[in-house]
Amino acid sequence: MENNFDTQGYLDMELLRFTTAGSVDDGKSTLIGRLLYDSKSIFEDQVQQVEQSSKKKGLEHVDLSLFTDGLKDEREQGITIDVAYRYFATPKRKFIIADTPGHVQYTRNMVTGASTANLALILVDARNGVIEQTKRHTFIASLLQIPHIFVCINKMDLVDYSQLAYDKVVKEYTDFAAKLSVKDVRFVPMSALHGDNVVSRGDKMSWYEGGTLLHNLETVHISSDHNLRDCRFPVQTVIRPHSDQYHDFRGYAGRVAGGIFKKGDSVVALPSGLESRIDAIHTMTGELEEAFPPQSVTITLEHDIDISRGDVLVRSENRPEGQQDLDVMLCWLNAKPPRPRAKYVIKHTTAEARAMITDIQYKMDINTLHRIQGDKAIKMNDIARVKLRSTKPLFADYYTVNRVTGSIILVDEATNETVAAGMVR
Amino acid sequence: MSDYSLTHLEELEAEAIYIIREVFAQFDNPAILFSGGKDSIVVAHLARKAFWPAKIPFPLVHIDTGHNFPETMEFRDNLIKEMGANLIVGSVQQSIDEGAVIEETGMNASRNALQTTTLLDTIEFNNFDACMGGARRDEEKARAKERFFSHRDDFGQWDPKNQRPELWNLFNGKKRMGEHFRVFPISNWTEMDVWQYILQENIAIPELYFAKERNVIWRNGSWLPVSEFITLKDTDEPQIKMVRFRTLGDITITGGQESDANTLEKIIQEVASSRQTERGNREDDKRSESSMEDRKRQGYF
Ligand SMILES: Nc1nc2c(ncn2[C@@H]2O[C@H](COP(=O)(O)OP(=O)(O)O)[C@@H](O)[C@H]2O)c(=O)[nH]1
Repeated sequence: MENNFDTQGYLDMELLRFTTAGSVDDGKSTLIGRLLYDSKSIFEDQVQQVEQSSKKKGLEHVDLSLFTDGLKDEREQGITIDVAYRYFATPKRKFIIADTPGHVQYTRNMVTGASTANLALILVDARNGVIEQTKRHTFIASLLQIPHIFVCINKMDLVDYSQLAYDKVVKEYTDFAAKLSVKDVRFVPMSALHGDNVVSRGDKMSWYEGGTLLHNLETVHISSDHNLRDCRFPVQTVIRPHSDQYHDFRGYAGRVAGGIFKKGDSVVALPSGLESRIDAIHTMTGELEEAFPPQSVTITLEHDIDISRGDVLVRSENRPEGQQDLDVMLCWLNAKPPRPRAKYVIKHTTAEARAMITDIQYKMDINTLHRIQGDKAIKMNDIARVKLRSTKPLFADYYTVNRVTGSIILVDEATNETVAAGMVR
Repeated sequence: MSDYSLTHLEELEAEAIYIIREVFAQFDNPAILFSGGKDSIVVAHLARKAFWPAKIPFPLVHIDTGHNFPETMEFRDNLIKEMGANLIVGSVQQSIDEGAVIEETGMNASRNALQTTTLLDTIEFNNFDACMGGARRDEEKARAKERFFSHRDDFGQWDPKNQRPELWNLFNGKKRMGEHFRVFPISNWTEMDVWQYILQENIAIPELYFAKERNVIWRNGSWLPVSEFITLKDTDEPQIKMVRFRTLGDITITGGQESDANTLEKIIQEVASSRQTERGNREDDKRSESSMEDRKRQGYF
């Protein structure tokens, strides 16, 4: 084989999860198609399928947007309906794209896609500049605490690749985003249709000094996106082998949600408050000296204390407070609005309780970022600041401090549907 | 990379183990759907890691079309023995004998479509409320929107428009009586991730994945293995070729490709330079562009 694939390099790659947002026709599908196509992540049989479909539609060029076409319903209706995940890898990184379409159910879809993303691509049509949707997307990205936002200023070919047009959009966006808490914002002028600045530079925008979109995606620093300070280990299940060899083994299985747990550390189990020390951190391939997010491990303690699913192990000098009244920014995901005084199941890490919305403080106008004080009727896609009362204390952190221990969902007990997503304030 | 970062394979592994443990904690009677292919072998391996040093706390379920590669069956039985796990077999032959399904006839006959009935019957008979599978979102368009926890109604059907939103790592496994879930712990893995992981973890896989001289015929663009289950036409010319299989399904429809990849490293090189999706060689997917999606709605996976 001529170009030898670098196996070791592949084993050392990091994973970057990003979400994409743009209003209809900004070129999002074309951009994703371009990223996949130019990074050679599309197989020949898929290319053939898309070539055939493009011809059927009477197009001369290959319609790159068809690569991200999803389910049959959509093909028939010509719209995308939900969050779709795509994968590609370059020699530097592996990428997961949460592709969310821009239409009616937009907020719900973007919140879902953004909840696991390290980065958001926000598309702007260079001709239109920052519009209402751009603000909405940026607000959701900042609300969900996505650490990096790349603003893709697309269709530069339609403004003669003009630096002036680009600078204008950058200024508009920067002025607006100053009101929000976003750590890392970058701008890339591009033409998704012709490929400039997506994977390769092209020769049309020599005035632009930054890297291509792909270069930025490959190099953005993401390893500090986890909370490494506050130790949190929500217990998923207790492992008891009942075998002769591991007769007394009682391990707490879970995924580290924050901080670095070390063998020998003194820890506290919440809610009981019982203290012990970490005896060992187990994996099937051997014990670890320390565990950090998002590793899945099994912890054994020196003392036999009663711990079960829903409990959390923390350090004694850094404990989250048990809260029964939670201050939450809530995104309503369901077509049925919340019923007054209704009880929902609340899920927080591995813990579960029942909860009620006791107060609606205000709704957000996500286009203007203004608070709507009077209107207390929550509907699908609304974002509202609410108070929740839970039947038992939940050991939550601020969402801005930890996205894992600061998030909750509500489940309707009548339908079992996930009806809301919340971020603890 | 800092000291506190994971490689992408480590992160995918941690995610899958987390999901498998959630299934154990949230359901009463879960199972792993085990096809004998590399993806379900990886899921079984991850399940082992998730509960070590305890054994896998649920059975492996195999839907047996009766048209298997003999190597797959032998491999399955050895693995079950080694893991000390329970095996439950759902037999398509039995569904045919009992008249629950009618076998296709003709040149391109396959038992693939029949699997769905046997699978749903097996789930119902054993009262499984969650079945984990090795499906990945990168395999096929219809899977790109699948959730980790995929809710099925009491007919086992999937409604792409009515899926529960999945946020952060909060998975909602709540259901009514009679409903069940399919769960896909390796949703976020690609074919390449799976191969690299098999190499990294030194996981045993069936011989069929490695190139070897095999007796095959050329049909519909790939090399189909000659077996007792396949009807030969006069024009078919069985021949010996160096062939390997990228996926292992029903022996009557799983096409192999010419290859000299007889080690994992060579397979990885081949996958890296390959320009065809792995399902490209499966007859069942060629029937129509939407065929996978249609079968999925009915409860195939
Ligand atoms: N001229 C030009 N047209 C583009 C560019 N990117 C996308 N388009 C076109 O804009 C239209 C909408 O693109 P599409 O990717 O479907 O947009 P989406 O709705 O955001 O997914 C299509 O006709 C594309 O060919 C670009 O960079 N330049």
